[in-house]
Amino acid sequence: MNNYLNKTYIILDRELKGYFRTPLASIFLLVFLALSSGMTFFLGRFFERDQADLTAFFSWHPWLFLVLMPAIGMRLWAEERRSGTIELLITLPVTNTQLVVGKFLASWIFTLIALILTMPIWITVNYLGDPDNNVILISYFGSWLMAGAFLALTSCLSALTKNQVIAFIISSISGFLLIMAGFNLVLSAVRSWSPNWITETISSMSFLSHFSRLQMGVFDLSTLIFFISMMILCLWINVQLVQVKKAD
Amino acid sequence: MSVKLINATNLKKSFDQFIAVDNIDLSVSRGEVVGFLGPNGAGKSTTMKMLTGFLEPDNGEIFINNINLKSDPLKAKEYIGYLPEGAPSYSDMIVADFLSFIGKMRGLNGNYLSNRLEEMANQINLKEMWDRPIETLSKGFKRRVGIAQALIHDPDILILDEPTDGLDPNQKHEMRNLIKKISTNKAIVISTHILEEVEAVCSRAVIISNGKLLANDTPKNLENKFLNKNTLSIKVSNKINDVISKEIKSLLKYDDVRIQKTDISAHTILVSDNQKNPNLNTVLKQINKLKLDIIEANFQKVSLEEIFRTITTENNLK
Repeated sequence: MNNYLNKTYIILDRELKGYFRTPLASIFLLVFLALSSGMTFFLGRFFERDQADLTAFFSWHPWLFLVLMPAIGMRLWAEERRSGTIELLITLPVTNTQLVVGKFLASWIFTLIALILTMPIWITVNYLGDPDNNVILISYFGSWLMAGAFLALTSCLSALTKNQVIAFIISSISGFLLIMAGFNLVLSAVRSWSPNWITETISSMSFLSHFSRLQMGVFDLSTLIFFISMMILCLWINVQLVQVKKAD
Repeated sequence: MSVKLINATNLKKSFDQFIAVDNIDLSVSRGEVVGFLGPNGAGKSTTMKMLTGFLEPDNGEIFINNINLKSDPLKAKEYIGYLPEGAPSYSDMIVADFLSFIGKMRGLNGNYLSNRLEEMANQINLKEMWDRPIETLSKGFKRRVGIAQALIHDPDILILDEPTDGLDPNQKHEMRNLIKKISTNKAIVISTHILEEVEAVCSRAVIISNGKLLANDTPKNLENKFLNKNTLSIKVSNKINDVISKEIKSLLKYDDVRIQKTDISAHTILVSDNQKNPNLNTVLKQINKLKLDIIEANFQKVSLEEIFRTITTENNLK
């Protein structure tokens, strides 16, 4: 068991450092901070709302993640396949699950770093007023969970192709459908031909409705289970895809 | 009896309709260097990918050090060092970090890992490039990094897919010396389409074409087995007209005697026989009788290349 975790950690470590070896990490962090604060102050009207909370900050996260998570995750497997290093990885004494989990965790920790760097906005709101810090903490946690689901989806889809751009596009489109799953735009396309339970299942998969509950400070077990099972499902498919597509 | 470190039987692999490897048996013992020869697309890389556990065969079994690769892949893979075709590596990493990563994944740590890294730096001549990103290295150094990652855990089995491809003659020479040096206590399989490489480093040559194993023997035995028709070539500094030509042919009792004009004043007599190699002494004595001035006499050795061409084209014709 120890050995099992150790190998997963070595993969994670290499992958996480990999983000910082290229300008990718700094560019991503800059863009994330600029967009998240820009949206909070200009689109979310942080000051005009005159309320001591971070709703204006968190409500943009699903849309930000829609673009930024595929940007982080698109290379996870597409690049391994393009450069042929997948052959090195798979011939090492390590399971595909260890590889998939290690890589995924690296990207998830990277987004945690990005979220931690937005802390000044939390400090600001505490300086200006008296916000409910529990709500903010749950929102941060919710945001990180949602990012994890987006990343697991991207990681899974990046195993389908050798091309990072294709991985980015299909991940963004799939992410968009998952965000919008609770809305009529998606539901009306399904409702006409499918039984009610399918429509309801799809509706319950909406990232937006799950996230908005957390954002209100409602720590709902079903939401936690939803995001975690979403990650597990995507990573499980990811392991299967690596096995099937490795030699293509 | 020598220990078979690789023992593969009835390997078969197809991709859709295309049969890449068709019933290949292969075993390699400690101390052996097996040269895997074949035209491009013959199934060399596919076979190697199966031996290393990257691809699962459709049929057949692979035992690595008596461990079934299918039922215990993690254990079996520990014994193998593998250089995939094109020597892929993480190009944004520096050499030291990359080798250390592979070492750790191979279960090395602490002092042993540092010692192995140092050995690799010295043995594979990577010292001067140690802290450079791999993407800035020349092709030769990238290939060395690939060899180093395959050797880092001092494996019993080494599988190298075209280790000298793209190297300059000096680098090729170095690589062959290295393979020879480490071959004494390992089982090594190298694939190549350079035949001189097989002659230089391999104790056994395996020729495959269209996924089928066509020959599996020492380079020497292959020469004897497939083309036992060495030609004796004698160069004389005389003009040879039809009369002399006829005389030569009647004196030399061999299946095939040909006379070729080499240049204005010299001719070459080529003597070969389907049954046995011509006897040099006898032939020289006979030619001396005709008072011809012999400049040079030697056997034109049949090269592995000719054997390779004969075997693989015969197979294609079938």
